[in-house]
Amino acid sequence: MPISNYIFLSLALFCIGVMGVLIRRNAIIIFMCIELMLNAVNLMLVAFSKFHHDASAQVFVFFIMVVAAAEVSVGLAIIVMVYRQLHSVDVGVMNRLKH
Amino acid sequence: MNWQLIIFWILAVIALLCAIGVVTSRNPINSVLFLIMTFFAIAGHYLLLNAQFLAVVHIIVYAGAIMVLFLFVIMLMNMNAETEPQKSQLVRFAGVISGGILLIVVLAALKKADPALMSGKSSDIGLISNLGQVLFHEFIVPFELSSVLFLSAMVGAVLIGKKN
Repeated sequence: MPISNYIFLSLALFCIGVMGVLIRRNAIIIFMCIELMLNAVNLMLVAFSKFHHDASAQVFVFFIMVVAAAEVSVGLAIIVMVYRQLHSVDVGVMNRLKH
Repeated sequence: MNWQLIIFWILAVIALLCAIGVVTSRNPINSVLFLIMTFFAIAGHYLLLNAQFLAVVHIIVYAGAIMVLFLFVIMLMNMNAETEPQKSQLVRFAGVISGGILLIVVLAALKKADPALMSGKSSDIGLISNLGQVLFHEFIVPFELSSVLFLSAMVGAVLIGKKN
């Protein structure tokens, strides 16, 4: 199987994640699209790991999962706190820095 | 067409359709369920690439832990399709166009690349014994640092989330 199949698949997944960040206003959905982008990168790393017969890339994927888990816990805590203050998770409402 | 290519295309179509479903569905609960389907398809890709340990960890960490956290938060906030904020049609159109342009640019840059073939034979670098050797010999310092990261993330989440 050519490796370009995996490159194009992960590229398409990444771009869908970018579109989701751009067109949605719900902070939780934006967060989920960031997870989608991280997973696209993970898929590409695993494909290259098989291509080069090197296990280091799979260890990198493992570390990316670790960082994503830590990021999700802190990010969801921040979103819950913002919801408690503003009673909304609309990113258009979170504009306190402007005023 | 060999069986690996057939399974690849099935999993790729599932992953892409469910990813589009994450972005387009109005109800946040549906988005979470579509994202779980995407993660299972990606775990299938990992199995196809002989990364068995990563496939299992991916399902446990993402579908088991992270998405449950998302579901709990969405249910706590009682979100549904009626409370979903909507962007204007113009902004949505611009977002799709700019994402599509990014896709086209990188696709055109990579299209001329040499389509090198991956070896079809199975390798054992994705097994847990092999990955453990690499992890604890070459990456022992980042491994220990990630434990500190987890501890600080845990403390930070409790500190941010508690009522003051």
